[in-house]
Amino acid sequence: MAEKKVERKLKNGVNVDALLAAREALKKAPQAAKFKWRASCKWQSGTHSSTKVKGFHGLGEEHKHKTEFTFAADHPEVFASEDLGATPVEYVLVGLASCLTAGVAAVAENRGIKLRSVEAKLEGAMDIQGILGIDSDVRNGFDDIKVTFNIDADATKKEIEALVAQSQKRSAVYDIVTNPTNITVVVA
Amino acid sequence: MSRVLGERSIDHVVLERGEVANSWRRERWDSLRLLTPNWQVRLPGQAYAGAHPDGYMPMAEVVAFIAGYAETSRAPVRTRTEVTSVKTADGGYRVATNGGEIHCRSVVIASGACNAAHVPALRAAVPASIACFTAFDYHNPARLPEGGVLVVGASATGVQLADEIRRAGHPVTLSVGEHVRLPRTYRGRDVLWWMESSGVWNQRYDEIDDIVRARRLPSPQLVGTPQHATLDLNALAAAGVELVGRLSAIRDGRALFSGGLRNLFALADLKMERLLDTFDEWSRTHGRDADVGTPERFEPTRVPEKTRLEIDLGSGEFRSIVWATGFRPEYGWLNVPVVDHKGQLRHDGGVVESPGLYAIGLPVLRRRKSTFILGAEDDARDIVEHLARYLDRATPRT
Repeated sequence: MAEKKVERKLKNGVNVDALLAAREALKKAPQAAKFKWRASCKWQSGTHSSTKVKGFHGLGEEHKHKTEFTFAADHPEVFASEDLGATPVEYVLVGLASCLTAGVAAVAENRGIKLRSVEAKLEGAMDIQGILGIDSDVRNGFDDIKVTFNIDADATKKEIEALVAQSQKRSAVYDIVTNPTNITVVVA
Repeated sequence: MSRVLGERSIDHVVLERGEVANSWRRERWDSLRLLTPNWQVRLPGQAYAGAHPDGYMPMAEVVAFIAGYAETSRAPVRTRTEVTSVKTADGGYRVATNGGEIHCRSVVIASGACNAAHVPALRAAVPASIACFTAFDYHNPARLPEGGVLVVGASATGVQLADEIRRAGHPVTLSVGEHVRLPRTYRGRDVLWWMESSGVWNQRYDEIDDIVRARRLPSPQLVGTPQHATLDLNALAAAGVELVGRLSAIRDGRALFSGGLRNLFALADLKMERLLDTFDEWSRTHGRDADVGTPERFEPTRVPEKTRLEIDLGSGEFRSIVWATGFRPEYGWLNVPVVDHKGQLRHDGGVVESPGLYAIGLPVLRRRKSTFILGAEDDARDIVEHLARYLDRATPRT
């Protein structure tokens, strides 16, 4: 089957040609597709911690982000804390929002749809009886996450809904949140 | 394949480990009927001649149709002949069977893609107190233990079994992964009439963008009933089947289901709509609008407010699990390096890498209709064309 080597003008700024080329290359070299993402956390005081992200592994070697990213996390004053950063669960919403949004842009690019604006509002419902250990029938995490997309694009409503559906289908964070993930915690 | 080879006087034998139409005799459940209407059941030189062209034949009739075809074609079938090995040898192939060895210049693999049930590895974590069945060993609801049944997989097999088991009175929970939704009838015609007439079924493998994905598409949620009933998830929910997400893991005796069910519904609904749009477009541009009913669209798949994310398998709620999780081919006997790391045959439209080796009857082998009975003819003619040229070119043994 002929490969599409058309030089396309980017509509949304996502280099899909590079992604599609990478996809083809990785089919022949599955080991190179194994990535490891990393984060390193240091407790500051109270419930305040600072997490840095710089290095990751993939395509058979180590890489570094251009700059080191730093994330402060804390609990809010209603939790009798200092509010020096967003809460960890809000970071999960950030992860989900950004993953789905990036996906919408990539899928739109691939389908030749020009996006004018994409906004996502997220809300995660949580009964804190879980984390406070008040009621063991209540889970620690979210009971429900609602994501509302507002998208203005050169496309029909159905085409936009299809973008959002496809974005979820290929989203890493959506998968992490909706499906069980193995976690191992050790003390060195 | 044999019929077409015979028409060209190409000397051949057909090896069958059981009886003619073995799979339909032995490897299907009691109530199974074809998904395709009887009028679409055709092979080169033989059409359906029964009294119910718009019906869907049960397995015994499929067996009779195929066995009858083998007879009238005088197909050179050796039954109860199991192939234990195929190897390259002397410019051709050496085929070892339980009835002796055969040397030949060419081999056509027609064993299909459904030799064994595919069951996910997590089945090993199911407590021993729960009986497990696959599409191969499930026969009818009466043979299931009394009590709740978890059906895993919502393709053709899954929806059919969930429906019949629920009607028999068992509480049924259906775990839904990726699925293909289709109405049984559209604008007054069978949906498979549309697939054939509009040309969707004739789409060639080399015209399809992502052929790997197309070949892995789950079988559509269809059933053959005299009422031409649509058996989609809305119908199942209305019948009292509980829908849950894809079975992701079994941890500490608890089955964990995905919370992403809503999007799977959305994807299936969108895909169905695109297909119906394609049908409408074809009907309009080919002047068929007068012959069919007005365009219609169907209710979106209803999403329950909340779906259960986990079920305790030790609670006794479920006494059995039916794994409607697909099939896989078995190529352990094929000692030619043409099988990939996922156990699938590597081929280009049925032409396998090894000279003189071919396949037929695999998903989207050459066309979207390749795995349907009516799809066999065109594929067989294409393959025989290639095979005949190969035999002409190949130097004879000295």
